[in-house]
Amino acid sequence: MLKKRIIPCLDINNGRTVKGIRFENLVDAGDPVALAKRYMEEGADELVFLDITATHERRTTLTEWVSLVAAAINIPFTVGGGIHSLATAARVIEAGADKLSINSAALANPDLISNIAAQFGTQCVTVAIDTDYIDGTWKVFSHGGRKATKWSAVDWAKAAEQCGAGEILLTSMQGDGTRFGFSLEITEAVAAAINIPVIASGGAGRPEDFAQVFTQTRATGALAASVFHFGSIAIPDLKQYLKSKNISIR
Amino acid sequence: MIAILKYNAGNTRSVLNALNSLGYEACISDDPVQLQAADKVIFPGVGEAGTAMAYLKARQLDQVIRALKQPVLGICLGMQLLCAHSEEGDTAGIGIFDNQVKRFPPGLLVPHMGWNNLENTSGALFKDLGQSADFYFVHTYYATQGVATVATTDYILPFSAALQKDNFYAVQFHPEKSAQTGLTLLENFLDL
Repeated sequence: MLKKRIIPCLDINNGRTVKGIRFENLVDAGDPVALAKRYMEEGADELVFLDITATHERRTTLTEWVSLVAAAINIPFTVGGGIHSLATAARVIEAGADKLSINSAALANPDLISNIAAQFGTQCVTVAIDTDYIDGTWKVFSHGGRKATKWSAVDWAKAAEQCGAGEILLTSMQGDGTRFGFSLEITEAVAAAINIPVIASGGAGRPEDFAQVFTQTRATGALAASVFHFGSIAIPDLKQYLKSKNISIR
Repeated sequence: MIAILKYNAGNTRSVLNALNSLGYEACISDDPVQLQAADKVIFPGVGEAGTAMAYLKARQLDQVIRALKQPVLGICLGMQLLCAHSEEGDTAGIGIFDNQVKRFPPGLLVPHMGWNNLENTSGALFKDLGQSADFYFVHTYYATQGVATVATTDYILPFSAALQKDNFYAVQFHPEKSAQTGLTLLENFLDL
């Protein structure tokens, strides 16, 4: 049986792992290569690396740390942040990333999704969506949560799938860094509207939050950062707990 | 020397990284002489069957692969290209295995992506791996079951997760992305 995926996320700032609350107040959380290796050994199913300052500072993703990570781990990993052209995408794949995550660049130019999918396959393209509940709708934000867009989360997820996205990484900005639990309602709404996998993100605080997102929504992966970086949840304990709830876990 | 086949659909870097972490050196090559001289050949692949097969044929690499006598390991698209035929691009394969490669019917999310367990395993590749080890899969097409099937996985329907015939071994999943379990399988192949 296909397993639900536990996915630690490493936000990268100048080559270091950082973690903030609601996208701000960044705190240093360690060396990405060492952390990646530790998570792999503890049983992480995949890893996601997001260079969170990339887009608005217009830097390109540092392919050096991508190669270092690729040499150090042998589980799939996704890299996002600053991938705004097919050429950059090719460099990051070449450096050893299995998937690319695109966010603001896809909103500005949805053809980028199709172009990367045509070249490297849809399984390579994760579209990351940052969403917040504003005036009764789940709105999509770009530029690391700074800029509102015209899209609702469900409509943008559908459009991204049409363009050739292979997966949606859905982050609830309300939940991000707060540890109050995943936003179940929007996660299920998006997952029900599309035929590609959804990774839920934002708000994981307790093992019960992971159990809820896997039993109450169609998300096939759950992503978290701070609970893993700062040690409040250990991955082996989390997986044992989810297995005890009869959730299909590696 | 271990040779990793170089072609237009390779995930060669990941395979090379995995071999290096096991302490093995390998070359990435499309030179027939180097491939024939290697102790083991790995035939990786991430991409589209028709385009990949056209590339191999244009360089007669399909004939080189068919004639190899040392242990060969096909991975993912590499496995599918070793089969008789693929529905993807209506592509004639190299034909080591008489299995057909078909698109998953509707039912669950496609591609089949993530960790899934094997069933009905047999043979040298699965030494020390138990009967239901989890491996990482990413694929939209699958190989049917047949006499060469040495492991199956169930997703929408049961399909061939691994094949073996003579010196040819093939796996649908990615051992190079399957953590310690994947490394153990690669080591089993390298120990042949």
